[in-house]
Amino acid sequence: MAKPKKLLNNPVNVVTELIDGLVAASGGDLRRLDDRNTVVRTTLADDKVALLIGGGSGHEPMFPGFVGPNLADGAPCGEVFAAPTPDLVLDTLAAVDRGRGVLMVYGNYAGDNMNFDIAAELAEEAGIVTRTVRVWDDVAAAPLDRITDRRGIAGDFFVIKVAGGAAAELKDLDDVYRVAVKARDNTRSMGVALAAGSIPETGERTFELPEDEIEIGMGAHGEPGIARRKITDADAIAEEMTDRILADLPFSSGDEVAVLVNNLGATTCMEMLIVTRKVHQVLAQRGISVHRTDVGSFLTCQEMAGLSITLMKLDDELKRYLDMPAHSFAYSRS
Amino acid sequence: MHDTLTPAEARDMLSAVARHIVANVDMLTQVDQAIGDGDHGIGMRRGFSAVEEAMTATEPVSVAAVFKAAGTAIMAKTGGAAGAIFGTMFRSGSTAFDERAVLDAEGFAGFLVRGLEGVEKRGAAQPGQKTMIDALAPAAAASEAAIARGLVDVVTEATKAAKGGVEATKDMIATTGKARTLGERSLGHPDPGAVSMSLILEAMRDYIAA
Repeated sequence: MAKPKKLLNNPVNVVTELIDGLVAASGGDLRRLDDRNTVVRTTLADDKVALLIGGGSGHEPMFPGFVGPNLADGAPCGEVFAAPTPDLVLDTLAAVDRGRGVLMVYGNYAGDNMNFDIAAELAEEAGIVTRTVRVWDDVAAAPLDRITDRRGIAGDFFVIKVAGGAAAELKDLDDVYRVAVKARDNTRSMGVALAAGSIPETGERTFELPEDEIEIGMGAHGEPGIARRKITDADAIAEEMTDRILADLPFSSGDEVAVLVNNLGATTCMEMLIVTRKVHQVLAQRGISVHRTDVGSFLTCQEMAGLSITLMKLDDELKRYLDMPAHSFAYSRS
Repeated sequence: MHDTLTPAEARDMLSAVARHIVANVDMLTQVDQAIGDGDHGIGMRRGFSAVEEAMTATEPVSVAAVFKAAGTAIMAKTGGAAGAIFGTMFRSGSTAFDERAVLDAEGFAGFLVRGLEGVEKRGAAQPGQKTMIDALAPAAAASEAAIARGLVDVVTEATKAAKGGVEATKDMIATTGKARTLGERSLGHPDPGAVSMSLILEAMRDYIAA
């Protein structure tokens, strides 16, 4: 297959250059920490529990696009699809800590877990208190009894949104941690892949998928899902994905949920809305009410075609933090 | 042939290790494309290019110091799982050289054993999960068994055992890391991290046995 066309300079510099662009677009709200690949808010409220998010690059706008008021305070950015290094995480922790400690929220991948863990140990030696919430929302990645083996995908956003609100309001790191864990534990996602994205530095596709096939449950880096089959109607695929998500938590009649339909990169807005419509129909049939719906690009994988569906079961506390105003490059709500 | 290495020689050996990894980046990329997302070679190039720079900048005050400097460079520049794992291997392993003026047979075996302990703890992984541990664990065991025969035999046996470990990973199904979700699709392919571990030992053997 031909390598995709991309507007790049030296691909070794993609992360540095995308952060320059993000800072330029932020209107002064964001800054780069020294000359490193990490983004922090220009103004941090004193006396605030800090929220740090991060992971490998290539999934923009996740993570640095969610740094802003009532969202995250800083985001160390690794190379493409590779966790940030411990010293980068540590320096970002030091930059955002306001003396009340830092909650770290990131996707559950071996590389991220190890690098953030090392950073947390170094931070402890430096007198910075941290807590960690790993997001594992992808129901396709492992059975429920091995939930800690699941990957973090677009559900990262709901956990970041809730944790960001809680961190802006609550003054105790343990309280923010508790709310973030609740958000994580009530969030479930599943993706479907139509075509692969590619790695900027090599131009190689991250996986192979025949022209007429889709893969349900495929991960954001092309990790295998649960079923590969000929492409069918949007409604059939959306219903199957939604039902698998609903059965996992499980969500039941009478529940209230937030819906996120996430573009993996190259899917049209038209398709996104057609799937969103079907998700709403399925939820209505199952007696589940929708509190709010977000549709767009939250966690992508370059020009990967496909989408993911995320549901978060709500209570009053989660609703409160989900609904708080927020502002960042990739998400604003008044 | 070296029965022991001075701190300056240990530093030269680690520079040779770094060059050997960088020379094999394309091969590592190909191995990772079969069962991963294809970025292992790129990451190892970042980390081991940094090792070569660090070795140029490091005063060889002790064997432990040069090994620790290599591990710190890997951890600071590689990123991803590989940076945490290989950085930890060198940093944890370097403690075996504390109190030792030179790198000898017992110290080298201790480096592999302590490196293994550090990696197992960091990654919460065990042998048989299709990781670099499947090259490092047999290498550590083989090196301990050869201590009485001297440094050349220790590193030669360790390298042989690591290569055997790489072969064995072809018959394993990944149960940790990103390749975990491949399940049986990972069969028939070696683990890229195990291949890198084997390359590191190969370069050390070539330096010590030369």
